[in-house]
Amino acid sequence: MILDDLYGEVIIDHSKRPRNCRPMADANHRADGHNQLCGDKLRLYLKLEGDRVTDASFEGSGCAISTAAASLMTESLKGKTKEESLTLLDVFHEQLTTDTPVRRDLGKLVVFCGVRDYPARVKCATLAWHTLKSALVTQRVTTDIVTTELVPTEMVTTE
Amino acid sequence: MIAADRLAPASLDITKIREDFPVLRQSVRGKSLVYLDSAPTAQKPYAVIDAVRRFHEVDCANIHRGVHELSQRSTAAYEKTRSTAVRYFNASSESELIFVRGTTEAINLVAHSWGRMNVKSGDEIIISALEHHSNIVPWQMLCEEQGAVLRFIPIDDRGDLILEAYDKLLNARTRMVAVSHVSNALGTINPVRPIIEMAHAMGALVLIDGAQAVPHMSVDVRALDADFYAFSGHKLFGPTGVGMLYGKAELLESMRPYQGGGDMIKTVTLEKTTYNDLPYKFEAGTPNIAGGIGLGAAFDYVSDVGLDAVAAYENELLVYGTELLEQIPGLRIIGTAREKASVLSFVMEGIHPHDIGTVLDRMGIAVRTGHHCAQPVMDRFGIPATTRASLAFYNTPAELDRLAAGLQKIAEMFA
Repeated sequence: MILDDLYGEVIIDHSKRPRNCRPMADANHRADGHNQLCGDKLRLYLKLEGDRVTDASFEGSGCAISTAAASLMTESLKGKTKEESLTLLDVFHEQLTTDTPVRRDLGKLVVFCGVRDYPARVKCATLAWHTLKSALVTQRVTTDIVTTELVPTEMVTTE
Repeated sequence: MIAADRLAPASLDITKIREDFPVLRQSVRGKSLVYLDSAPTAQKPYAVIDAVRRFHEVDCANIHRGVHELSQRSTAAYEKTRSTAVRYFNASSESELIFVRGTTEAINLVAHSWGRMNVKSGDEIIISALEHHSNIVPWQMLCEEQGAVLRFIPIDDRGDLILEAYDKLLNARTRMVAVSHVSNALGTINPVRPIIEMAHAMGALVLIDGAQAVPHMSVDVRALDADFYAFSGHKLFGPTGVGMLYGKAELLESMRPYQGGGDMIKTVTLEKTTYNDLPYKFEAGTPNIAGGIGLGAAFDYVSDVGLDAVAAYENELLVYGTELLEQIPGLRIIGTAREKASVLSFVMEGIHPHDIGTVLDRMGIAVRTGHHCAQPVMDRFGIPATTRASLAFYNTPAELDRLAAGLQKIAEMFA
């Protein structure tokens, strides 16, 4: 009774105890995202070795759906190549915005499929992913990242 | 749980009133709809729906033009709304009531027409920190164009305007004071009578944004001595896309037209136009005829229900709802003004308003979440957004029980 089928156990858990919610000093990719609807703000950090994501983290504040989405996204990215990450982004976006049958290979990300019934909230669930795209296409110099002021970051808005 | 008839004055039969509003009789996401979002737009009674339908089915023709029967009928029905409005707001004559799209257009009309003729560099305009964006942006634009200065009446922690600060802001350079009668975000009922008196004593005019006041209380523009009073029909249980601007006749006479086109002219040659008399001078083009006729039906409907009984009942609902919400763990009501309309704006610790709104929606409960087009109000309270339940006379204590139970569940979900 307490749990709701959109705000299920996984989303509630990841919104209250987000994983990988920390700054990353040695990140070599970074981007900021902003969802004007909810006021969600997100900074995404990635560490790529060669073509592979070896670490992903985020900082920010937002609604439960955007926080849980960032948390689960950072979990799912580790070990994936750039191309695999971008493919996952496309699959995720399609799952949330179309009537395609729910895919079984989404793993935990499947919990967001309920968002498709709430078009106004799709932006919340996809903010982290839009920010990912921006972070992946914009290479950052590792040594610069600690002095954040020197590095203009990509600003993503889902508006 | 308490029944509506225990809170409502004897003259209000809430069960019967609800039968007048077909929208309320539906299920949303498998639950019976609880509509607590009347501040953005109120639901429409059959009287309004039928009037609009009758226009389209029976009387449809353009107004003020044809000599044929249908045009005369539609003109009569449309103009009847204006006559009704004269009585409804106790204006002096039909010349003082201009049909507009809504409050936003009414304010823009005054800012453009009156503002550009009367506001000069160095002049000042006063608004309040409680305003809807529609009573901020037109004045910002005017001030920017004319080199005038925009000043703000601050609010206190309850959401009341600080009149001592207003008194200090007023000076010989003040041309216009534009304030809301009732705050959409917080529900504060502003003391517009003293605000108007103080402005007049300094030689300034006053525009009252009545969008959130007219659904809840009777308004007498002459008793208020308002120079301009703006409202939207759709918040008064009428159709969208129609509203009115009241203006004192001598002010409207002195103002240039806002838009040019058909209906606002007497004669047009290729070189020169003679403008029409009031109120038509400000009504260029074919208006929202169906909407205007529907608005007339809304005036009649609300008059029949009785605004004094409405105000008393809504206040009972507000008190009851406030008590219920205060029991929810982590919930804080934003806006606790001494005089409040039936608006319950609140935040819950650690829970984003959009999550609250979505979970309530899944329970069939419609509320508004966000900044309510009043970002300066949110900034004043240091919050990005609130959840807001805004009530009308068709709401019941049982619906507030549903809201409270939903919020209790949300508090547990996110605990």
